[in-house]
Amino acid sequence: MTRRPAWLAGLACAAALHAAPVDFSRDIAPLLTSRCTECHGPDQQKAGLRLDGRAAALQGGKSGQPALVPGRPEQSELFRRVTSTDPDEVMPPKGDRLRPEQIAALRAWIEAGADWPENDPRRHWAFIPPQRPEPPPVKNRRWVRNPIDAFVLARLEREGLRPAPPADRVTLLRRLSLDLIGLPPPPAEVDAFVADRAPDAYERLVERLLASPHYGEKWGRHWLDAARYADTNGYEKDQPRTIWPYRDWVIHAFNRDLPFDQFTIDQLAGDLLPDATDEQVIATGFLRNSMYNEEGGVDPEQFRVDAIVDRVDTIGKAFLGLTLACAQCHSHKYDPISQREYYRFFAFLNNDDEPDFEVLTPEQRAKRRAILDEVAALEREALRADPALPARLAAWEDAARTAPGHWTVLRPDDWHGQPGVKLELMSDHSLIALAHNPGEATYVVTFRPGLSNLTALRLEAIPHPNQRSGGPGRAENGNFVLSELTVTLATHRDDESLERRLPLRRATASFEQPGFPVAAAVDGTVTNRTGWAIDAGPHRRGQPQQAVFEFAEPITVPTNLVLRLKLEHKYGGAHVLGRFRIAVTTDSPPPPADPVPLAVRALLAKPRAARTESEQLAVFSYYRTTDTNLAALNARIDALFKDWPTGPRTLVLTNRVEDRRVTRIFARGDFKRPTEPVTPGFPEVLLPARALASRPAGAEREIPGGGLEAGADGRAAEPAPSTRLDLARWIVSPENPLTARVIMNRVWQVYFGEGLVRTPEDFGTRAEPPTHPELLDWLATEFMRRGWSLKAMHRLIVTSATYRQSSRLTPELRERDPYNRLLARAARFRVEAETVRDIALAASGLLSLKIGGPSIFPPIPDGVLSLGYGAPMEWKVSPGEDQYRRGLYVFWKRTVPYPSLLVFDAPNADFGCVRRVRSNTPLQALTTLNDAVFHEAAQALALRVVREGGPTDRARAVYAFRRCTGRRPSAAELEALRRFVAEQRAWFENRTAAAVRVAAADPANPPSDVNLHAVAAWTLAARVLLNLDETLTRE
Amino acid sequence: MNLPLTAELRAERARWLSRRWFFRECGVGLGWMALAHLLGSASARAATAASGSPANPLAPRPPHFTPKAQRVIYLFQAGAPSQIDLFDHKPMLAKYDGRPVPKEVVQDQIYAFIKPDAALFASTFKFARHGRSGAEISEAFPHLATVADELCIIRSMNTHAFNHAPAQILMNTGSTLFGRPSMGAWVTYGLGSESQDLPGFVVLSSAGGTSGGASNWGCGFLPTVYQGVPFRRSGDPILSLSNPPGVTREHQRRCLDLLKELNERRLEVTGDPEIATRLNAYEMAFRMQVSGPELMDLSRENPRTLEMYGVEPGKPGYALNCLLARRLVERGVRFVQLFHEAWDHHSEVHKGIKDQAAATDRATAALIKDLKERGLLDDTLVIWGGEFGRTPMVQHDPNGGYNQGRDHHPQAFTMWLAGGGVKPGITWGETDELGFHVVRDKVHVHDLHATILHLLGFDHTRLTYRFQGRDFRLTDVHGEVVRGILA
Repeated sequence: MTRRPAWLAGLACAAALHAAPVDFSRDIAPLLTSRCTECHGPDQQKAGLRLDGRAAALQGGKSGQPALVPGRPEQSELFRRVTSTDPDEVMPPKGDRLRPEQIAALRAWIEAGADWPENDPRRHWAFIPPQRPEPPPVKNRRWVRNPIDAFVLARLEREGLRPAPPADRVTLLRRLSLDLIGLPPPPAEVDAFVADRAPDAYERLVERLLASPHYGEKWGRHWLDAARYADTNGYEKDQPRTIWPYRDWVIHAFNRDLPFDQFTIDQLAGDLLPDATDEQVIATGFLRNSMYNEEGGVDPEQFRVDAIVDRVDTIGKAFLGLTLACAQCHSHKYDPISQREYYRFFAFLNNDDEPDFEVLTPEQRAKRRAILDEVAALEREALRADPALPARLAAWEDAARTAPGHWTVLRPDDWHGQPGVKLELMSDHSLIALAHNPGEATYVVTFRPGLSNLTALRLEAIPHPNQRSGGPGRAENGNFVLSELTVTLATHRDDESLERRLPLRRATASFEQPGFPVAAAVDGTVTNRTGWAIDAGPHRRGQPQQAVFEFAEPITVPTNLVLRLKLEHKYGGAHVLGRFRIAVTTDSPPPPADPVPLAVRALLAKPRAARTESEQLAVFSYYRTTDTNLAALNARIDALFKDWPTGPRTLVLTNRVEDRRVTRIFARGDFKRPTEPVTPGFPEVLLPARALASRPAGAEREIPGGGLEAGADGRAAEPAPSTRLDLARWIVSPENPLTARVIMNRVWQVYFGEGLVRTPEDFGTRAEPPTHPELLDWLATEFMRRGWSLKAMHRLIVTSATYRQSSRLTPELRERDPYNRLLARAARFRVEAETVRDIALAASGLLSLKIGGPSIFPPIPDGVLSLGYGAPMEWKVSPGEDQYRRGLYVFWKRTVPYPSLLVFDAPNADFGCVRRVRSNTPLQALTTLNDAVFHEAAQALALRVVREGGPTDRARAVYAFRRCTGRRPSAAELEALRRFVAEQRAWFENRTAAAVRVAAADPANPPSDVNLHAVAAWTLAARVLLNLDETLTRE
Repeated sequence: MNLPLTAELRAERARWLSRRWFFRECGVGLGWMALAHLLGSASARAATAASGSPANPLAPRPPHFTPKAQRVIYLFQAGAPSQIDLFDHKPMLAKYDGRPVPKEVVQDQIYAFIKPDAALFASTFKFARHGRSGAEISEAFPHLATVADELCIIRSMNTHAFNHAPAQILMNTGSTLFGRPSMGAWVTYGLGSESQDLPGFVVLSSAGGTSGGASNWGCGFLPTVYQGVPFRRSGDPILSLSNPPGVTREHQRRCLDLLKELNERRLEVTGDPEIATRLNAYEMAFRMQVSGPELMDLSRENPRTLEMYGVEPGKPGYALNCLLARRLVERGVRFVQLFHEAWDHHSEVHKGIKDQAAATDRATAALIKDLKERGLLDDTLVIWGGEFGRTPMVQHDPNGGYNQGRDHHPQAFTMWLAGGGVKPGITWGETDELGFHVVRDKVHVHDLHATILHLLGFDHTRLTYRFQGRDFRLTDVHGEVVRGILA
């Protein structure tokens, strides 16, 4: 429906007060929020005045003058001020005066009684926790199967409408099957159900489908829309990412009916739970589904902030039905959410790292455990077997207690990464490279060391969770190859001709990957072959390493010069340092690089007596690699680690430990304009009533990072919310007015085509109210009462009489309720994009029902991939049955979405989607008629028809029709189909070559056991049947 | 306050009435052609879009006021061509060539690749004045120079994004965030299309794939039918346009006849008007299967025309796309957007410009001439430009593989418009002596959008779509029509 833009509303009102009464939400509320409440609202109350609620406005501010006197504009301070001619009095003080039509609207509104429909947006229905309503009494009690029906029928009876008769059994079965598992029922299932006359036949069918492992695929896919799941990073580079383990987690969570509150907590904060399981960590991929910009030259912070903005938006849509994003740049125009509250919400999500997490199968986990146990056993055995060993170890420990040398960490003065890599300085003076990850890169870093007689410098390669595999390099395995390090004395200018190169004498490293010694980094040759690398194998990745480079002679840097380091990485494959730090020493002679791992150093710092047995064993684990007497042991252990299993790495979140961020309000939403700091907190309007009551207005005393605060009465109050876990628990707290309603509304939407609230993404004050408010509240409270079990709610809905109605649109209903808002019939709609594909593959028998695993690559039309930036991504069609798997497994490339899914309105996953468009276009027709995948389905169906459909065209027609629609064709339909096949067969009869081309997926090897003329004719018929509106429709 | 009903209110009432009519009458059997006249009202448009009712959401409909432009051809030069080397002649750069740019000029701008104090870099192309208007165009574009008097060159473009993907999204959707409808989608949503057998919004591409990807022509939250349809460079222009191997046009007709018969039977049983829409969609698909190949068949084009564009039959590329753009708008397509992603000249900008000028200049100029000759230029708006400009400083780092290139420059760049109600033969706006900042008549991307919509007959503040509780528009909360360039 069209609504005029709010800013035009005033115009019309001024012109025609008598023709169109002033509408508060359209004409007045936007005016107040855009011109008044910035200073007189939730954030500020200048002169003690608030204009964000009627009561406050009636009361007025410190002056004691009421801002509003209903019926009396002249006595209303608000009106007096906006019309004042005194420049010291006129409001608003900044910007243009209100326009005459706005003033006229205000006057008319006050004259008409200053009706403030919500009185206070906090009283908006959706912001008040649902109360459990009693199912209303109805006349036709026999129709009511459960309370849902009472709510629906009461409304129908009020409107003088009757519910539709029940759908026939075949329609009902197909509907239920498509709704619960997203697959059409095979004819045998139809027969069995039609034949099952037991009174509980339907209920048993419901149970069977709810227990099907495909239930999680169907309902998981709905959730993946909201979660904006995709297999690439988005933006220009749009590189592939691995996050399908999250997709599989969703499928399994639905299948085991993980209670929705736990489902929520796992996804928002699974990593923060005590004793978090791997699955709970994987679940945080929900938040990681944000896009990630790796384009050259990007500021990583800009796109990190954009990702948090996306996460706030997603949580708002997926759980709360709130358009939080509207408050990013300014306080929300319609809903009581201030910009400050937006950033308090943002703050919950602003202190995370973004690692990839290795996903292991239970067998792999066991195998790792076994290797570690065996290594420990060998080590214990070695310590026991050689009586001299403990003494050697102790002597080594004494000698190795302190790290060698005295080092001064230097803070970089200036830094620059090429090509287009923006390094960020961390508080420990290390530099970290994020976002753009070119295959090769050069860093130039300058320092003013302020020390004389430097004898060596140390380069530390430091891991960080935000690097692939944890770093310290940016290659997929966390490795890097430092091709060449050049150190110069330089002026501040970027002029290489003015630089004096400082010769380096000797280099040592904590670890050198075979073939990549540290000496190669200072050998004066910059090639793509040589350099220093650190990969120590899969079981020892993500470790810090260091290298020490000695100056040929002690260096002093004059104050007018700087020390400039150039770190070149030419190996390719992103073998580039991800995080590094520079230190210098004046020790003479300079110490070598410390080979002892930092973790072992930490243990050595403990007195031996204070170490646990496993800690002591860890010390020994390092020591043994240095003891030449233990070569045999080391070789045995190395051999064991060769079998170390590895798994895919999926994107997750973890709490940020280093360099925690302070969240600030961004002026106009611009990350480059941070203003005052905020602590995490929930929007006030959604706080439970008693929390509101106990909270003094305007007082916020959260302690950053959490902790206890003393309440006004001196008792310890609740700890201030500060973590994602607090956020998650609040979202699913029974006092949260929105979550259960929002989820039930979306479940309802799947069954009835539209939600009880038509805008599932927006339950705010501007949304249309629910058609059946009591039903929505009953469902929400029932959902919580049943332990947030979705399966329980599905069971309730699909066993209701409301659900079982026929979807036929009678002339009466078309007249009375064309959009079925009253639910006097079931919904009839085209299935989702993935199901369009699944139905064609299922009907033809091609469909593979394999569940989970990496995404698949079905055939894609030529030329599509070249629409993406750069070299077209490799799209190798999946072998064997994989290319015939369900639509939800198709690899989703954000900048080049799979065409036959996109054309049927699959969301592109750039942002969360809780309501798909359902369009009906010629391009869809071309797809299901002509796309190679769909045509192959038609050929396969035809082959099946000829082989299995019976001897006559009539029998075959029934068989084919049933495979597509579930039901038997009517006599007329059968006759039309039979005539068509006869005609086409006659045409193909003398055209064998044509028949082969139409009938055979591989014309060079056509099937030999069938009459290809018949198969060709049936292929054309199958195309028709697969394109039937009914085939594509859930009735 | 007894004011007479304004025109606005009368229109509003008419809309309301027609909406009621729409709900009452739009049942089964009401074909979309019968409905087309109705869709002039925004209410019906939105209702159609929202409900998928059996009307054609692409039916042509009038905008807010009488438009100057009926259709758009947008020649998107993706990657961002160097205005310094093409349109924005800066003799002062030659004087200071090689010197670092003063800090007070750069202010706090961050660059993608270079340091802000990089050396100034004069253009290596010669400039001259052309036509009666005396427009300054460099020697790189000799063909364009011959149509200088048709162009409205805007040298004062300004954007706030300096990475390709966000800047392309901004230029095409009015936001750096993904998820907003593209300009072509907005225009098609607002105006429908005159063509009933081709998509209303067609995307053609040459050179590389774009940084912004499918979002450059996406429909955002608008109904999918308004999404740009990318044509393929070879084979069928539209995906799945050809029948599967061996399936003849006669087979297709017979299949569709049977499909129609069976679907009509189902329509009787279910009463669902969506089936009628689907029947129409299949018929339009069938027509597209003829109109698509007809569109691509250049055999009836005058050889002189092919010569003028520099089209070699069978060879995909920018020149062919320019010719196809003309053929598409001739056939009633509302919005044609060419993407030529080839201008990201971080290195060797001179050679890069020469190469891309060789690939595009002749065809661009030919398109203007051809439209003019056919009387189409008056009401066809042609837009040329990239997502931002390039620095007056050099990007030079031989170690990093960069040699005499230019980095991204958002503060000032050049675009041009032609036809469709724009003043021909003018140059609008001005940058400072180094070409760094706009000093006169700045035109932000939002202002350009407001102006384009104005030329198409829309008040940009009123072409809106309700989503997530808010009325969205192409210009968000910004945009001023650039009155000075309107004819």
